[in-house]
Amino acid sequence: MLPGLILGGMYALVAMGLTLQYGVARIMNLSYGEFLVAAALATFFLYTGLGVSPLLGLLIAVPAAYVLNWAIYQLLLVPLVRRAKNRDMLEVDSILATFGMLFVVQGLAHVLVGGQYYSYSYLSIPLSILGSTVALNRLIALLFAALIGLALYFALTRTRAGMAIRAVAVDPVSAGLVAIDVRRASAFAFALGGALVAAAGVLVSVFLTLNASMGVVFTTKALIVVIMGGVGNLLGALLAGLVLGLAETAVARLIDPGLTLAANFALFLIVLLWRPTGLFGGAAR
Amino acid sequence: MPGTLRNTLAVAAAIAALGTAPAVFGQQAPTAIKIGWAISKTGPYVGGASITTLPAYQVWVKDVNAAGGIMLKSLGKKLPVQVTEYDDRSNSDEMIKGIERLATQDKVDFILPPWGTAFNLAAGPILNRYGYPHLAVTATTDRAPELAKRWPNSFWFLGTSTQGAHALVDVLTKLRTEGKIGSNIALISVADQFGIELATAGRAAFKKAKFNLAYDKSYPLGLQDMQPILTEAMRSNADVFVAFSYPPDTFAITAQARLLNYNPKIFYTAVGTAFPVFKQKFGASIEGQMGIGGINPQSQEFKDYLKRHAETTGGSEPDRWANPVTYASLQILQQAIERVGRIDRAAVIKEIQTGSFDTIVGKVKLQNNLRVDGWQVGQWQGGEYYGLYPENLPGAHKILFPKPAWTK
Repeated sequence: MLPGLILGGMYALVAMGLTLQYGVARIMNLSYGEFLVAAALATFFLYTGLGVSPLLGLLIAVPAAYVLNWAIYQLLLVPLVRRAKNRDMLEVDSILATFGMLFVVQGLAHVLVGGQYYSYSYLSIPLSILGSTVALNRLIALLFAALIGLALYFALTRTRAGMAIRAVAVDPVSAGLVAIDVRRASAFAFALGGALVAAAGVLVSVFLTLNASMGVVFTTKALIVVIMGGVGNLLGALLAGLVLGLAETAVARLIDPGLTLAANFALFLIVLLWRPTGLFGGAAR
Repeated sequence: MPGTLRNTLAVAAAIAALGTAPAVFGQQAPTAIKIGWAISKTGPYVGGASITTLPAYQVWVKDVNAAGGIMLKSLGKKLPVQVTEYDDRSNSDEMIKGIERLATQDKVDFILPPWGTAFNLAAGPILNRYGYPHLAVTATTDRAPELAKRWPNSFWFLGTSTQGAHALVDVLTKLRTEGKIGSNIALISVADQFGIELATAGRAAFKKAKFNLAYDKSYPLGLQDMQPILTEAMRSNADVFVAFSYPPDTFAITAQARLLNYNPKIFYTAVGTAFPVFKQKFGASIEGQMGIGGINPQSQEFKDYLKRHAETTGGSEPDRWANPVTYASLQILQQAIERVGRIDRAAVIKEIQTGSFDTIVGKVKLQNNLRVDGWQVGQWQGGEYYGLYPENLPGAHKILFPKPAWTK
């Protein structure tokens, strides 16, 4: 049970940034996973080269990613937002633009660090909890995921800025009518999503082996979680991530490890058939 | 616009063709030996290509040119090596296109192969058609003997999957005869080409040697959460744990086995165990872990190679399996060209088939285009990855048994 929760927590962590970027800013960011891998690789070099602990690395990577993503939104995506006549058009345009960005980020990573695998050991200490053994580093990642998720949830539901963001996620046109600066809220959401994905990258680098080409793995996983949870819904992403993690671990343990991927997608299909807009999604547009 | 672009390209191609014309007509003696390769510099295959294959190519080019080039008796002088490189983006179509362009447009003298079993199999027909020697190093397949017959220009250096599996079974059988291990084995394998081939060959070999598979499961490529599988393998209480795994999962299996304190007497993981980053990550805790490949670290040639590799690649180490063999295959190519004394690919192929060569992995003489005496099983001992099997190879190390406890 616990290993499943921990895996699920990682999925949720990886997906939370995308749910902001896609759900609020309406940018279907295909280069999402590349940014995650970039943060993970940066952490590797900070740790092995300069001896900066990954948790300290969070303090560097997260603000840097926020600024970078804010700049990307302003420079690259605002023209698309201006040009788009409606949400669907923005979605298509952003898919194309971020698809291009994927190659830019990946290419840069290849030039800088090459293509080999990177992996290091940090806090790989066994803990025995409720009869199962878990790694301290994974537990920390789970705790951070929960912490970030809860903090965001409260920020979105209890603060004025959060309410503005949720309003934009539900209906940007009406949000504009009630004096919400939609573009600013979207830029904020996109940058915040970027900061979250950097946090995820830092945390998964502690226990995963990565190379510069593996971004797409995280993009697809995040997409499944986001769509399953309901686009733009943080709690949905958290729940969907946990459900997927539990299902994967249960299937590997009880049926066959070869079926974990199949179980993942089967669950995804069932949820979509039952609720086409995801677990916590609103009514279909 | 596309029309203009096409025109420009056509003009460029025409100029390029004109530029190479004199060499084609032999009015001018060649000033360099042109070597080309198409390799994965991006995409999923880059992880393997950039550890095993590309650095070996780079070190070789640098070594050859530092020594003044390759000696051609027909010209009475050494010619430097000139490289044309394409990125196949881990896409087999791109790889084939790259090789085609190297052969027909760049008209290179020799083509070095791409990385990986699948790509070497895909490159086989085209290299055969154009008559280039095909030094298939990073290709481990049971079809190697058959392919070597079909494409006499192809050379296979790492043995077959069956050979790899049999080698492991031989090591285990010996331990069992000595009464050190029981007959139970916990086997897991990645559900991807090489993993499947190894597991299929392994199951047959285990069965034949009367080993019992107490646990036998495969997992999808890319899975890094190994805890459920390892917990089940642990429950089987087998003395031997075998994972026919790929690099990222090899890392995950090792990290999580250590975490669970799963410490069977024999702990074997396949591809990735011989990677330098593996040692870098786990340090002393992998003492006694076994895997595929191996080297003889005592050999002076290998020690020198380590040094040159680090100088060329900015401090990185080669893996302890196919990377040195890749370099050796290029030494073979160079020696074959020098013995022939001119750029004559058919003669070079014949020389590689029949000749005997001195390389950094020892003397190599191919049998029916196959190298049969490579390291099949290795083990980490004191921070180095020693070749254990075949035991009759020079430098074969004694096995460390049982595997020591994981260090914290």
